[in-house]
Amino acid sequence: MPNVSAFERLPCRPQAKVTVFVEDDPVEMQAHDSAAAAVLAAGLLPSRTTPADESPRAPYCLMGVCFECLVEIDGTPNQQGCMIAVRDGMRIRRQCGARDMHGEGPHGDA
Amino acid sequence: MTQATTSGSRTADVCLVGGGLVGMAIALGLQRHGLKVAVLDEGDIALRASRGNFGLVWVQGKGDTLPEYAQITRRSARLWPDLARRLRETTGIDVQLEQRGGLYLCLTEEELQARTRMLTRMRDAAGGDYPFETLDLAQVRDYFPDIGDEVAGATWCPEDGHLNPLLLLRALTEHFRAQGGVIDNGGRVQDIDRQGEAFRITTPAGVWSCAKLVLAAGLGNRELAPQVGLSAPVFPNRGQVLIAERVHHFLDYPTGHVRQTGEGTVQIGDSKEDVGFDSGTTTDVMAQIAHRAVRLFPLLRDVKMVRAWGALRVMTPDGYPIYEASRECPGAYLVTCHSGVTLGALHEGPLADWIARDETDLPLEVFHAQRFSL
Ligand SMILES: Cc1cc2nc3c(=O)[nH]c(=O)nc-3n(C[C@H](O)[C@H](O)[C@H](O)COP(=O)(O)OP(=O)(O)OC[C@H]3O[C@@H](n4cnc5c(N)ncnc54)[C@H](O)[C@@H]3O)c2cc1C
Ligand code: FES
Repeated sequence: MPNVSAFERLPCRPQAKVTVFVEDDPVEMQAHDSAAAAVLAAGLLPSRTTPADESPRAPYCLMGVCFECLVEIDGTPNQQGCMIAVRDGMRIRRQCGARDMHGEGPHGDA
Repeated sequence: MTQATTSGSRTADVCLVGGGLVGMAIALGLQRHGLKVAVLDEGDIALRASRGNFGLVWVQGKGDTLPEYAQITRRSARLWPDLARRLRETTGIDVQLEQRGGLYLCLTEEELQARTRMLTRMRDAAGGDYPFETLDLAQVRDYFPDIGDEVAGATWCPEDGHLNPLLLLRALTEHFRAQGGVIDNGGRVQDIDRQGEAFRITTPAGVWSCAKLVLAAGLGNRELAPQVGLSAPVFPNRGQVLIAERVHHFLDYPTGHVRQTGEGTVQIGDSKEDVGFDSGTTTDVMAQIAHRAVRLFPLLRDVKMVRAWGALRVMTPDGYPIYEASRECPGAYLVTCHSGVTLGALHEGPLADWIARDETDLPLEVFHAQRFSL
């Protein structure tokens, strides 16, 4: 990732380390971090583009309100990254535009 | 804008009480006649159907027991493209009007047959001029490849459409203000008095004086109408609406219960509940609405809901509008309806012309409130 994150972790109670992949790049996180935190730590900007006019966005409120943190997590699109804790091996990708319902998941039609 | 004082009053040619879709559409139409117009409205906690509706510009089945209602509904639908164009040109706001037809999906054969019978009766009443088609499931699939197997069929009407009702309210309001219109959110209108040729209208923020007065206050009309010799037996009927996350375009046409907005949001409606002035939501009703939507379009099963709300319809005993001029207080008018989105272009056009000029080709007699006391 070319972007260098401006985030610095403050010393606090140590937690188990997990590795997640943000657009295939490994990022080391702590077990209670959110997927949105991983996106910010990795400097994935923008982390989504809007369905309305493709404008670039990134996690914002970090408390489940603004939906700016939508990403694809382990193949499932439109996930609210700030509301989901990281898991070891989690794969996070950019959400570009609206979710496509066809050909995804167990109920996909196509 | 002049500040109200206790002694002085602000003046306008016409005051409208109610700044919802009905009031704002008429207010714009009155401005076309060069009139100085003021809209008196409440604040954000008011009951406001205009901010919670489904956005359909819907023709099929409207007026099944009243041909004049079917006529004005279709007239409004025909006037919509011109109003949407004018709003876009003057405000830059695209209200996302689409009128390429709509489908009413039926889950049972009986429901489909009943609708076909109703629309056939309407076609007979219109002397054959009432376009609709009954589609079986295979035909519905041509419109919606993602339709569920449980669907029996649909009725199709090429005159149906939809728009974004919030953008519409914003466009109406912006255009009204840009033309010098005043919206006074000073609170609930309490008293209306007649002083000579003028009306004196008292709000918590002051007094307005005007030559003509239009009551377009939705559910508030019930209390206001008797003050000017009219009657508005309107009552609330709740609809709960669900909003799903934005997804790729999968619906090219609106349906009676599911539609997709220009941005990809899925809007799912809606209940019809008699619960008084409670505009809340309930889990059981939301679950029923979601369940029906998934039967209609199974691919919605995995789609996330992001919002839900309840809003109160402004209903009359027969569901049809009240359009009436007061005989006791000349210059006072009552306009109230369900389907204020659909009828918006009629209100901005011929209905506002009637209020401005006191003459019209609209069949207004059938819409007088007297019909409820016969
Ligand atoms: C769930 C639902 C779905 C709907 N779907 C559709 C649809 O798909 N298509 C369609 O055509 N229609 C639909 N409708 C109906 C449509 O929303 C209404 O017909 C329309 O919004 C009515 O507008 P209005 O301006 O009369 O009322 P409102 O929006 O209720 O506005 C009335 C205004 O008057 C003000 N007011 C009231 N009393 C006073 C007072 N004493 N003093 C000052 N101000 C006062 C209020 O503050 C309010 O702003 C739907 C309605 C609901 C609830
Ligand atoms: S960052 Fe606002 S909802 Fe996730």
